[in-house]
Amino acid sequence: MAVAPTHPHSFRIFLSPRATSAAARGGLVVAAAFGAFALIMILYGKSPLGALRDMVSSTLGTSYGLSEVLVKMSPMLLTAVAVTVPARLGLVNVGGEGQMFIGGLCATWGALTFKGLLPGWLLIPLMAALAFAGGGLWGGITGWMRARGWLTEVFSTLLLNYIGILLVNFLVFGPWRDPGSGNYPQTKPIPDAAHLPLLGETRVHVGIFVGIVAIVLFYLFLKKTRWGLQMRAAGGNPVAAAQTGLSVARYIVIAMVVGGGLAGLAGMTQVAGIQFRLNPGLTTYVGYTGFLISWLSGHRPLMIVPMAFLLALLAGGGDILQITQGVPYAIVNVLVALSLCLILAVRARRVTS
Amino acid sequence: MNLAVWVGGIAIAIQVGTSVLYPTLGEVLGQRGGLVNLGIEGVMLMSAAVGYAVTAVTGNIVLGVLAGVAAGAGFNLLFGVLVVTRRSNQLASGLSLYFLGAGLSALIGASYIGERIDGLRQLGFPGLSSLPDPWGRLFQHDMLVWLVAPIAFLLWWVLSRTRWGLKLRATGEDRNIAYAAGLHPSRLQYQALAIAGCLSGFGGVELALGYTKTWQEFMTTGRGFIAIMIVIFSLWHPLRAIGGALLFGAATAIGLQLQAQGASISPYLLDMLPYLATLTVVLIWGRPRAFTAPMGLREVFQGTAK
Repeated sequence: MAVAPTHPHSFRIFLSPRATSAAARGGLVVAAAFGAFALIMILYGKSPLGALRDMVSSTLGTSYGLSEVLVKMSPMLLTAVAVTVPARLGLVNVGGEGQMFIGGLCATWGALTFKGLLPGWLLIPLMAALAFAGGGLWGGITGWMRARGWLTEVFSTLLLNYIGILLVNFLVFGPWRDPGSGNYPQTKPIPDAAHLPLLGETRVHVGIFVGIVAIVLFYLFLKKTRWGLQMRAAGGNPVAAAQTGLSVARYIVIAMVVGGGLAGLAGMTQVAGIQFRLNPGLTTYVGYTGFLISWLSGHRPLMIVPMAFLLALLAGGGDILQITQGVPYAIVNVLVALSLCLILAVRARRVTS
Repeated sequence: MNLAVWVGGIAIAIQVGTSVLYPTLGEVLGQRGGLVNLGIEGVMLMSAAVGYAVTAVTGNIVLGVLAGVAAGAGFNLLFGVLVVTRRSNQLASGLSLYFLGAGLSALIGASYIGERIDGLRQLGFPGLSSLPDPWGRLFQHDMLVWLVAPIAFLLWWVLSRTRWGLKLRATGEDRNIAYAAGLHPSRLQYQALAIAGCLSGFGGVELALGYTKTWQEFMTTGRGFIAIMIVIFSLWHPLRAIGGALLFGAATAIGLQLQAQGASISPYLLDMLPYLATLTVVLIWGRPRAFTAPMGLREVFQGTAK
């Protein structure tokens, strides 16, 4: 992706022709996505408007619905910024799913090992550090292989997803299995001290702030620091950046470690804020959703927040559609993937000459 | 481990290898034409779901296979629209095709989960399939397994011995020079993608109708991605791809046979074998020889910051 050009006249109140055409393209994508949604609903013999009403009223209509959207959104913020950080160097991190699992695994290990030994204010940061380290290792391996010129990170991150998931399955079906949990493959619950604080009476936990802080920090890093400038340079033109003496390889490894670590943190917040134990249902494909969010937002950090909110809204709405309209949840996945296809198609020609 | 286990393992390796060799061949064709398609995982899923659904509804397995393969070809052309016509980022387009295929196949297959069908009929090799017990199993396979090696050979011949193959390879080396030489790179790439879609479709259909005889969401479990790795370490060569696919099949078969023998290793660790084996081979054997990659792919892999 090209680095977004900073417009010297961005203070103008009138939209530039370029901005209006971008808005037109955006409108086109939205219209096409909803058209596809309506078509699928009609194929299922349901009313598209009724489905839309169910989706909106169940998510935005009640405070409970809204809080559940925020619950869904909070790991998405982290897995999306986990894709954005390497993407600014031109790296494609599709490994959020595996990195998240490894993060959750490390956090659970920390919580169960230091159970009763540490107070909460020490235990939770320790879990977060372990999760970041674990996810960072999972991402760092792929960055290192890419930096050495051994294997493109796309393939290694995809394969490490499968290995990470199998590793978690091995542990929760085997050595870490809680004998008291009947047929459910899961670990023993983590101690109360390891639970993330909740906001009010909702299920929303402080993990959502972790995601927002990570996004804002990365935005400031990109815009305000020398390293951010170097990173944008290396992402824009690696050859030229290397010729000015920049160590592109080091940036690649660091970006993948940070990306993997952030996805690992998402795994930790799911363990400590939602599930309270490790099980194979930890991620609910949020690792992949993060990838879609990052690409949909054009790898602009601040765009992640509204885009993640939108996808969390769709995810919550999809759950409802399953119940009220009896249509498979996969409709939401189709809708999101189709939107990305459309966005890639309308965005492309501008970038290549 | 006795003889029957070994022979049975080889038979499994052949069948599993087939389901990954078809998409590998498709990807060889596409990459020789300068296109890296990460979406073949989604194409396989689509073909598997459509093939399964059509078979379950009509009861006609030939119709199921044809429908699945046609769905694969059609779906793969979507990749062409994105990267050939619209020139979008190949890696991102492939992945979005994967997500779309995963979602659509889940929609199509939703009402067939847990159903069972008869599946593809086993055809014995005349004479050899009536060999005494363990050996006969090696020569009992369904049609798609029998066809895969001849197709690999055909593909090798097309790529290296025909005018069309030369044109496609020229496109893959440098699209602009091919264009300047009077070729039609876009047309060639679309043709390659259509064939590649058919081949990936055969892989998906073999998995759903031949090997497992069921439909499950995400049932390809990364075989499309594995296929791309095999393309890399078979150095973009259709015949070497046979060896790569058999290696993946063997890694899967070892795990399955160990489980069947009641080995006290977790099945989840054994399931890691194919992924670890693929990763190891690509690093040790493929990496030093990766210079054989079509030149056109360098832009995709190294200049991902597009």
